[in-house]
Amino acid sequence: METALALEELGALFFGLGVLGRLAGRIGISPIPLYLLGGLAFGQGGLLPLAGIEGFTELASEVGVVLLLLLLGLEYSASDLVGGLRRSWLAGIVDMVLNATPGAVAALLLGWGPVGALAMAGVTWVSSSGIIAKVLSDLGRLGNRETPAVLSVLVMEDLAMALYLPVTTAVLASLGFLAGLRTVAIALVLLVVVLVVALRFGGAVSAVVDSPSSEVFLLRVIGVALLVAGVASQLQVSAGVGAFLLGIAISEDTAENATRVLSPLRDLFAAVFFVVFGLNTDPASIPAVIPVALALAVVTTMTKIGTGWFAARQAGVGSLGRWRAGAALVARGEFSIVIAGLALSSAAIDPEFAPLATTYVLLMAVLGPVLARVVVPAHGALSGRRRAAA
Amino acid sequence: MDVELTRLPGIGTKQEFVTGDGRRVGVLTHRDGHRELLLTGREDPDACVASVPLSEAECNALGTLLGAPNLVAKLGDQQREVEGVNTAQFPIAAGSPYVGRALGDTAMRTRTATSIVAVVRDHVVSPSPRPDFVFAAGDLVVIVGTGEGLRQAAEILEAG
Repeated sequence: METALALEELGALFFGLGVLGRLAGRIGISPIPLYLLGGLAFGQGGLLPLAGIEGFTELASEVGVVLLLLLLGLEYSASDLVGGLRRSWLAGIVDMVLNATPGAVAALLLGWGPVGALAMAGVTWVSSSGIIAKVLSDLGRLGNRETPAVLSVLVMEDLAMALYLPVTTAVLASLGFLAGLRTVAIALVLLVVVLVVALRFGGAVSAVVDSPSSEVFLLRVIGVALLVAGVASQLQVSAGVGAFLLGIAISEDTAENATRVLSPLRDLFAAVFFVVFGLNTDPASIPAVIPVALALAVVTTMTKIGTGWFAARQAGVGSLGRWRAGAALVARGEFSIVIAGLALSSAAIDPEFAPLATTYVLLMAVLGPVLARVVVPAHGALSGRRRAAA
Repeated sequence: MDVELTRLPGIGTKQEFVTGDGRRVGVLTHRDGHRELLLTGREDPDACVASVPLSEAECNALGTLLGAPNLVAKLGDQQREVEGVNTAQFPIAAGSPYVGRALGDTAMRTRTATSIVAVVRDHVVSPSPRPDFVFAAGDLVVIVGTGEGLRQAAEILEAG
């Protein structure tokens, strides 16, 4: 009987997510905010509490994080990352300083201490590469001259995550300074080793998973990814970082095949991950954090626009293109939730952290694509008025 | 001519050049292989006014349209001084008797006193093809000869 009930609940959950995803497509926004809302609706204090499937959904959401980061790693080749690092390190630093600071300051003002500040800094820092790639493609801006600048900011953020996530994992587990330093050193060494291996012997890692049969290939890729993620998790480097590094190490042709077979699985498990995050947030706690979330949204929208503006100017792009780059980067999404998800499991984190992160991502995931759309007509209207006044 | 290559991490590669009137024309090759033709506007040189997805066949058609007349015009320029000699290009249509047969089978020089100087296939030019060159449907044959010779050559390629 229990199995029957669990199957019914899971079925209703996935079907509900499918309906939400379709709705998101209709109104032209990312499905992530709707999945979060779905989680809020089903979870504790929500409309329809789900019981008996937590064991499955918790594990599935962990797999979701692993797959999200594995596919992110597969998207970038090692030469992309090293090239991005050479060309855009300055934009990457500007991005970090401008966008991590507001989150950290907000957390300190709320009295969450340095651990809360570190986690919240990550939530406001990282743009959503998934949402942004989709928006640029939908708006026909992939060929624009500011787009490489936008993408290189995203690349820098992802590289930075390979260090930030282990640091945060260590701090959240309150391992102490020396143990924390050790995990950071492990992560740094792993990152360098993976980049070197991928650049010099890219074929070797691919050979482990490659197979002409797509079934065998799928099983091997998933198997290796979960193994690597598990070992990384045991070393306190965080499961996601392990998967991300594995993704980078798999070279181009194999990476493309892996992306093709894994994308549907990623969509499934990542959806569960977003829902579980929503499930763990009590909707009743949201109204109290709305003012802070709104303030953070306003400030970090401006700081992201500044970041994009700077990166595009470095690339020699004109005024309107700089604004387009800035607006494109505003969206936050999957990464902010991954970071918030890490923080959730720690005792050192204030209970208001999850509702704030949820509300913030809900705002930014919707606001980002809208801003990217309206920035061009808005710029036209403004410069038109300036011309009329002159 | 400078063709600028830009890698777009996670998306693909972009190749483009600046035209005489200051616009950029380029091709975006996605990682899965599908291609887009890019064209920037005059108002904002950074933004694309058009990004047109093209299939493999459409890419070939566009390449042939742009590449082959160019070759013919170049050959025509070289032969302008020679009175009575023209250059023309004829397609090997799907129904042509020479699809799958060798160039030598046309006996073009003997029958019409014209010469086949190049064949364009999938926007790749094969200059001075040998008699054992085998035609395929869709090839563009570039021929040099007199006006009358070229007319006969067209008939031969069409009907044998």
